[in-house]
Amino acid sequence: MADAKYPRSEVNLDKCKGCGLCIAACPKKVLVFSSKLNSKGYHYAEYTGTGCVGCGNCFYNCPEPDAITVYLRNYDPEKEV
Amino acid sequence: MKKTILKKPKGFIDVYKHKAGAEKDRTHYCPGCGHGILHKLIAEAMEDLDIVDDTILISPVGCSVFAYYYFDTGNFQAAHGRAPAVATATSRANPDKVVISYQGDGDLAAIGGNNIIQAANRGENIVVFFVNNAIYGMTGGQMAPTTLEGQVTTTTPYGRNTDTDGYPMKMCEVISQFTAPTYVERVSLHDAPHIRKTRAAVRKALQNAKERKGFQFVEVLSTCPSGWKMDPVKSMEWVKEKMLPLYPLGVYRDKGDEARVINRPVPIMEPATVWEKLGISADADVDFPRGDVPEQYKKMSIRVAGFGGQGIMVTGQALASVALEYGYNVSWLPSYGPEMRGGTANCSVNIQDGVIGAAEAVKPTMLLAMNRPSLEKFEESVVPGGTLIYNSTLIDIEPTRTDIKVFAIPITGMADELGNTRVQSLVNIGAYAAITGAFRVEDIVSLLPKLFKGKKQAIIDLNAKAVKAGFDFVKENF
Ligand SMILES: Cc1ncc(C[n+]2csc(CCOP(=O)(O)OP(=O)(O)O)c2C)c(N)n1
Ligand code: SF4
Ligand code: SF4
Repeated sequence: MADAKYPRSEVNLDKCKGCGLCIAACPKKVLVFSSKLNSKGYHYAEYTGTGCVGCGNCFYNCPEPDAITVYLRNYDPEKEV
Repeated sequence: MKKTILKKPKGFIDVYKHKAGAEKDRTHYCPGCGHGILHKLIAEAMEDLDIVDDTILISPVGCSVFAYYYFDTGNFQAAHGRAPAVATATSRANPDKVVISYQGDGDLAAIGGNNIIQAANRGENIVVFFVNNAIYGMTGGQMAPTTLEGQVTTTTPYGRNTDTDGYPMKMCEVISQFTAPTYVERVSLHDAPHIRKTRAAVRKALQNAKERKGFQFVEVLSTCPSGWKMDPVKSMEWVKEKMLPLYPLGVYRDKGDEARVINRPVPIMEPATVWEKLGISADADVDFPRGDVPEQYKKMSIRVAGFGGQGIMVTGQALASVALEYGYNVSWLPSYGPEMRGGTANCSVNIQDGVIGAAEAVKPTMLLAMNRPSLEKFEESVVPGGTLIYNSTLIDIEPTRTDIKVFAIPITGMADELGNTRVQSLVNIGAYAAITGAFRVEDIVSLLPKLFKGKKQAIIDLNAKAVKAGFDFVKENF
């Protein structure tokens, strides 16, 4: 059984450049700018923790290869290699 | 297989080890730049199509000059606008590879305009990803061919004026004028649904390329938040409001099932085969032993000058060819006037051990002047202590330099006496041999059949006489 934690969007905060494209693209408005700054000095994006539907919009709108990971509904950490 | 996770695609290098500086885990692109979005779509498609190891990506000049930092493919970085030409060569030499030409609008539509047109018209087996962000990003936001009417850039501070700057170039429309391209589509990155469509276009182009189905062109309307001086989210809105009406999205060409596999003749890469085709045999090196060459003639930079038809080029080639057989490094660089015949002509020859730097004999150690204008033009350039040989049959003035060795030789007259003005070149070689001690007459003569390949024996014999005449003249008179 898939974990109830998924779907879920996860921002790799130090690789985020704070451009806000993921936030604008999220249909559920569950991504927000953090009030904190990352090591590069950007207000990074973060997931509020609930409401992600796993559409992947944030992943595809994000220009950084490794700033966002989206765990989809059928993600099962035990099955991942 | 259905994805369970969306994460950094395998088309990217794990750690960007080629990238300068400490940050080898993120791109150099500005926050919100469309290049990054397209990079991700390409990297993902290459992973999903299983072509990462079979792809060679050509990076352009522009902000994506460093695309090779990121993609885990083969990479070349091309000069500005030349990516389609480099892609052409790459694809022809590696017909089984997927070759991507990744280009911005300055690169593709301005400086490289003709390159892309020719590659499209030839239907090269390449994929072109064309990032149209309506500006030169890297150089700080100058007008591009794709800049919109009225758009303010650093070079159009009052907005692009079509009366002075022309109209925005619509490259999909241009490229789809040609018969050869297989697939031409314009897509956009301005919101999530359109990014999905771009994703589909990227995959389609790469799939076609994997099947070697000719020329694929995907124009991607993109953003340059820095050049536009706009925040990234506003930039996306600007694409939608301003760019879409001018640059209609959609498929401009899709040959679909009619697209065929393009097979080109396999290039010959084997040196032995190429030599054979050129009639050069690899084991023809003679390796003459060197004689005693005085110090001043060991490192030669020679200018041979005269008018067309005086055997200037042949003299230079023969000097270089003979020297080669004594184990010297040589170069020969011709320089013609605009005329085919009768104009001025000169060539530079370097003969030395060690690496030859500039091929042009700007400060020659020897000048061989075959006519008066050449003497007047180049006499001053000879290095102090250098050597001047001049054709005293045609040159009726005295050289002015006193700090160089001068040999006045009636080159044309001697050739005429032998019965053919055209053997002047080999008179020159004979004279050179006598002056420098670098060549032996019998060695030169033994090379004549090779130098005059395909010529009648009588011609070869006459040239042998010319070598001896030049040699003897110097020995008897100086
Ligand atoms: C031969 C040559 N001319 C000019 C330049 C300067 N130059 C560097 S990038 C660039 C424009 C790039 O613009 P574009 O292709 O639109 O790419 P972008 O940076 O917007 O991605 C120019 C003119 C150069 N590097 N080489
Ligand atoms: S799109 Fe990427 S870089 Fe931009 S704010 Fe979101 S996570 Fe950060
Ligand atoms: S200058 Fe423009 S095109 Fe270049 S990285 Fe920045 S946003 Fe992208």
